[in-house]
Amino acid sequence: MINNRVVITGIGVVAPNAVGAADFEKALKEGRSGIRFFEESQSLNFRCQIAGKPLITEDYKAHYFDDYYQNKLDNNAIIYACLAGFEAWENAGLIHHQNQIDFDSGMIIGSGALGLDGSNHAVFSKILAGNNKRLGSRAIPESMSSGAAAYLNKILGLGNRILSNSSACITGTESVLLGYEHLKLGKAKRMLCGSTEGDGIFIWGAFDAMRILTSDSNEDPTNGSRPMCDSSVGFVPGSGSGAMVLETLESAQSRGAKIYAEILGADVNSGGLRDGGSMTAPNSNAVAHCMKNSLREAKVASNEIDLISGHLTGTKGDSTEIKNWKKALGGPQDKFPLINTPKSMIGHCIAGAGSIELVATLIQIEKSFVHGNYNIKKVNPDITAEIPLERIPMNTVHKEINTVIKANFGFGDLNCSIVLRKWKDG
Amino acid sequence: MDKNTIQEQLKEIIAVYVPDKEILGKLTLEHDLINDLKINSAHIVDIVLDVEEKYDVMIEDDVIMKMGTIGQAIDIIHGKVLEK
Repeated sequence: MINNRVVITGIGVVAPNAVGAADFEKALKEGRSGIRFFEESQSLNFRCQIAGKPLITEDYKAHYFDDYYQNKLDNNAIIYACLAGFEAWENAGLIHHQNQIDFDSGMIIGSGALGLDGSNHAVFSKILAGNNKRLGSRAIPESMSSGAAAYLNKILGLGNRILSNSSACITGTESVLLGYEHLKLGKAKRMLCGSTEGDGIFIWGAFDAMRILTSDSNEDPTNGSRPMCDSSVGFVPGSGSGAMVLETLESAQSRGAKIYAEILGADVNSGGLRDGGSMTAPNSNAVAHCMKNSLREAKVASNEIDLISGHLTGTKGDSTEIKNWKKALGGPQDKFPLINTPKSMIGHCIAGAGSIELVATLIQIEKSFVHGNYNIKKVNPDITAEIPLERIPMNTVHKEINTVIKANFGFGDLNCSIVLRKWKDG
Repeated sequence: MDKNTIQEQLKEIIAVYVPDKEILGKLTLEHDLINDLKINSAHIVDIVLDVEEKYDVMIEDDVIMKMGTIGQAIDIIHGKVLEK
């Protein structure tokens, strides 16, 4: 059986606190918040009136978009995915040819509620007013779940597998897992992998109705997202996209590409909505099983891990997650790795979360730092009962990071875990 | 509104849907929207919507089929504007 080694050679990101990988690095280091107050959420009586939404300039768009994309694309999830995807492709040193198809490259670009992006308000309104005739040709591609991949591929012209996964909050990590497995099997040389989430009242309003969003920070938005904090009451919704170019080691080396990291192992599973698992909460045994499987595939021992990139949304689930990490990693409490999440700065970007957070992880691996977990006044005592306080950096720590395990968990009792290692030549 | 004005405005409307912008510099009445300008056929509906909005007119489905060339499109828009 073909068993290719798989590496990451390109990154791109559109996050609430930064657009583009270079600015994202700065934002992570300085703890820049992308969480803002939204008047529309207030006027519609949402309990949570804050969210994270990327701010994209027309100039930034113009670097990657032609005039059609620049002037006509409305769906935020698609715009974010295209910008992150083109950036990753360019960052990997790859080019696209207008009249050629590349059958060795494919893409897996997942999304969450792509059709519920705020931009589709106009589509619903026209249909409800009896004016469906006034919908243009973009109404379908800008609401179909595969829309982001379709618009990316109109420009890139990739001819291998083009897939759009949708698995709630694990969508981003799962897109990388799917690309990794495809490349391992030798079915392609390169896969553009990532995920995206749009924004607006239709997405946020439904989460708000579940009483799982932060409702105590409408007057203090940047303090609203507080993973692992004693006072956290819910998550802050975010949007955006992360993208990575995955490549077989052979392909990357043959073209002399810069390699960020190797994917050593990955696993995706479900708790079956059993044994404590439900639509909204994970089955802890399944979570630990998933983490352990990814480590086993990676042939990585727990004491080799330098950093955990957690899911850690800022809900009561955070302490359960820490317990699950401990269960999966085993070992003495004082050997627990550093743990962080960028969610204090960007909120929970739902289906975009996994890919944005993986890009954050790759930046930290490349630039040798661990960004802080901001907004914590006092760590949740259920967490400090499990792990030492100093394992939760509150500010950026400069440190070489070689091995990272990253996991996300999603509605429908889904788990995904990935193990990465910094690439060192020779 | 004269046909020259409509031609200039139509050129602006279709520009975003034309993949090869160079051809816009030497646009003629005989240019076929799909075959010569390589506009994706799905975008003909978008162009009709843009035209309807710009001139506040209604273009019926059977008339859309007759918008083959730039010249034909101009004649249709001109006729609709006169009807107003």
